[in-house]
Amino acid sequence: MGSMILRTAAGFLLPLLLLFSLFLMLRGHDEPGGGFIAGLVAAGGFAFYTFAFDTRHTRRLLRVDTRSLLGVGLVMAVLSGVPAAFFGQPFFASQWFRFTLPPFGEVTVSTPLLFDIGVYLVVVGVITTIVLTLADPEH
Amino acid sequence: MELLVALIIGVLTACGVYLVLRRRSFPVVLGLTMLSYGVNLFLFAMGRLTIGRPAVIQADAAGYADPLPQALVLTAIVISFAMTAFVIVLALKARSELDTDHVDGRGES
Amino acid sequence: MNPEIALPILIPLLGAAVSVAFWRHMALQRHLAVLATGALLAIGLVLLWEVWHGGILVMDMGVWPAPFGIALVADLLAAIMVVLAGFTGFAVTLYSLVSLDREHENFGYYPLLQLLLAGVCGAFLTGDIFNLFVWFEVMLIASFALLVLGGRRTQMEGGLKYVTLNLIASAIFLTAVGLLYGMVGTLNMADLAVKLAQVEAQGLVTVLSLLFMIAFGIKAAAFPLFFWLPASYHTPPVAISAVFAGLLTKVGVYALYRVFTLIFTHDVGYTHTLLLWGAGLTMLTGVLGAAAQFEFRRILSFHIISQIGYMLMGLALFTPLALLGGIFYIVHHIVVKTNLFLVSGVARRLQGSYELRDLGGLYRSAPGLSVLFLIPALSLAGMPPLSGFFGKFILVRAGLEAGAYAIVFVALLVGLLTLYSMLKIWAEVFWKAAPEPTSPSPAPLQGPERLLLYAPISAMAAVTVAIGLGAAWVYDVAEAAAAQLLDPALYVEAVLGRERLQ
Repeated sequence: MGSMILRTAAGFLLPLLLLFSLFLMLRGHDEPGGGFIAGLVAAGGFAFYTFAFDTRHTRRLLRVDTRSLLGVGLVMAVLSGVPAAFFGQPFFASQWFRFTLPPFGEVTVSTPLLFDIGVYLVVVGVITTIVLTLADPEH
Repeated sequence: MELLVALIIGVLTACGVYLVLRRRSFPVVLGLTMLSYGVNLFLFAMGRLTIGRPAVIQADAAGYADPLPQALVLTAIVISFAMTAFVIVLALKARSELDTDHVDGRGES
Repeated sequence: MNPEIALPILIPLLGAAVSVAFWRHMALQRHLAVLATGALLAIGLVLLWEVWHGGILVMDMGVWPAPFGIALVADLLAAIMVVLAGFTGFAVTLYSLVSLDREHENFGYYPLLQLLLAGVCGAFLTGDIFNLFVWFEVMLIASFALLVLGGRRTQMEGGLKYVTLNLIASAIFLTAVGLLYGMVGTLNMADLAVKLAQVEAQGLVTVLSLLFMIAFGIKAAAFPLFFWLPASYHTPPVAISAVFAGLLTKVGVYALYRVFTLIFTHDVGYTHTLLLWGAGLTMLTGVLGAAAQFEFRRILSFHIISQIGYMLMGLALFTPLALLGGIFYIVHHIVVKTNLFLVSGVARRLQGSYELRDLGGLYRSAPGLSVLFLIPALSLAGMPPLSGFFGKFILVRAGLEAGAYAIVFVALLVGLLTLYSMLKIWAEVFWKAAPEPTSPSPAPLQGPERLLLYAPISAMAAVTVAIGLGAAWVYDVAEAAAAQLLDPALYVEAVLGRERLQ
C-alpha cells in the first residue's frame, strides 16, 4: 500500500521508535514514562511499519508470535508479585535487590522493573495482535 | 471551567446514548466510545478541577491535585481501549458473517 | 501472611498467561488448565476452612495499608463463592477436554476460561470498589471472547447485544464509582461503609445505591434488564454456556449482596423494597419466558433468570433467615444449573440437536443420563430431598416470617412452573419415542470421552444430592455467612482495624 517515501521512512523510524520506547520504559521507574506508554510507542512503530509494508512483513520482522509476547509479558507481570510472599509480605510488595556488577558499579534490580517489562510486553503483544488481525486481508 | 467540563460531559453522553440506539453496528460502536469518554471525563472531574497543582504531595507545595482519579481514569481508559478494539473486531466479523451491519443481524426492515 | 487469599486470583491468571505464551502447544494447555482449575478448587477449600475457623481474612496488596491500597478480603460468602468457582471451573474443564472441537481450542479456549475464572475470583475477593470494576472487566472481556469463539452466525448476533449491554452497565458502574469517590473520597468498601453513614445528603446516597442496583442488575440479569441473556447464552459451545450459566450472573448477584449489606443499608425500606419487586418480576418473567421455549438451552437460559429472582428475594427481605436462604440458594443454583447445561451437551452429543422436537427416546438409549438429568432438574424445581427444596423452603419460610406473602406466593408459583418446564424437557427428550433421525446419528460414546463427559455431571449430581442430604451443614455455613453479612462492623474491623470503628 505504501509509497516509497513511507517505506524508507518506516525502515528508519521503527528502530528509533523502539529505542525511544525502551528509554521511556526505563525512565518510567522514577519519572514520567513507564511500561504502558512505552509499549504503546513500540506498538505504534509496528503499526506504522504495517501500514508502510504489509502484515506479512511485520510478522517476519517480529519473528515471534505476538500472542507469545503477550503471554510472556503476563507471566512476568504476575510473577513479579510473587517474590514478596517469600519475605513474608503480601503479594506485590516491591522487593529491591542491590549488588555490584563490575563494569557498572552498584546496580539495583527490583520487582517493579520486572512488572514494568511485563506490562510493556503485554501492551506490545495485545496491540500488535489487534492491528495485525484487523489489517489481515483474509479476516 | 466547571461549566465547560460539565457541558462537554453532557454532550458526549448525549451523543453516546443517541448513537447507541442506532440500528447499524458502526454508530453503536462509536456511541459506546463516546459514552466511555464521557464517563472517563466525569470520573476525572470527581477529583475536583485544579490547575497547575502537582499530583504528588511535597512539603513546600501550596496544594495538590488529587492523583487517585487520574490513576482511575488511566485504568478506565486502558479498559475501554481494549473493549473498543474488541467490539470493532466483533462488529467487522459480524458484518462479514451475516452480510449486514444491522445490530439484530437481519437485513433492512 | 495468608497467601491463600491472593492465590485464587494468581493461579488462574498465571495459568492463562503460561497458556498464551505456549499458544501452539495444545497438550500443554490442556494439562495446565486441568491443573490450574484443580488447584483453584483446592485453594478455595483451604480458604473456606481458614475463614470458617479464623474469621475474615484480609491482605493489603503491596503493603499499602487500607483504605489507601487495594485490600483483598475473604469473608465466608467470598470463600464459598471461590470454592464454587473452582468446582465449576474444574468440572467444565474436564468436560471440555472431550466436548470441544479443535477449532475452539486453537483460538485460546483454555487461557480465556482461566482468565474468566481469575476475573470471577477477583470480583469475589476484592475489598475495593474500583478494583471490583476492574475484575468485572477482566471477566467481561474473557466472556466476550468466549461467547463468540468459533464465530457462528447466531453467536455473532447474540454477541453484539451481550457486549453492548454489558459495556453500558460498565459505564453506569463507573459513573457510580466516580460519584462515590466525589462524595466521600474513598474507594475501600469498608471505609465507604463507615464514611457514607456520616454523609449529610442521604438522598444522594440513595440515588447512588440505585445506580449500583442498575449496573449490577444488568450483570445479574434481573428484571427488567435481563434480555441480553436469553439472546446469547444458548449460542456458544455447551461447555462455555455451562460456565456462563453457573458463574457469570452470580457475580452480579454477589456484588449486589456485598454492596447492599455492607455499604447501602441506610434506607433499607426503600432500596430493598425495590429489590423485592425486582425479585418477584424477575422470577415471573424468567419462568414464563421458559414456558414458551422449545430449545433445550433456551429453556435453561430463561430459568437462570427466574432463579436469580430467588437469590434477590433473599437479599431483599433482609432478615438473617432470608439472607441465609439466598446464600443457600446461590450454592445450590451454581451446581445445578451448570450441571443441566452439561447434560444438554451430552444429549446433543448423542442425538445431534438442542431442539426438543429432534430429541427423544434417551430414557431407553441412555438410562444413566436420564437419572443424571432428573436429579438436577427436580432439584431446580424444588423437590425434596434435593438441594433446591431446602433453598426454596428457607426462603419461603423467611418470607412468611417477614410477612411478605405476595413474594412467597410468587416464589411457590414459579416453583410449580419450573417443575412444568423440567417435565416438558423430560417428556420430550427422554420419554418420547426417538424421532426418525434426519442426519446420520453420531458415533456412540465410549472410552475416555464417555468418562470425561459423565464424570463432571455425576460429580455435580452427587453434590446436589449431598447438599440435600447434608443440608444441616450447608445451613450452618450459610447461616454464619449471613450473620457476617448482617454485621458490617466485623468486615470493617477486619479491614481497617478496631480503632476506626466508632
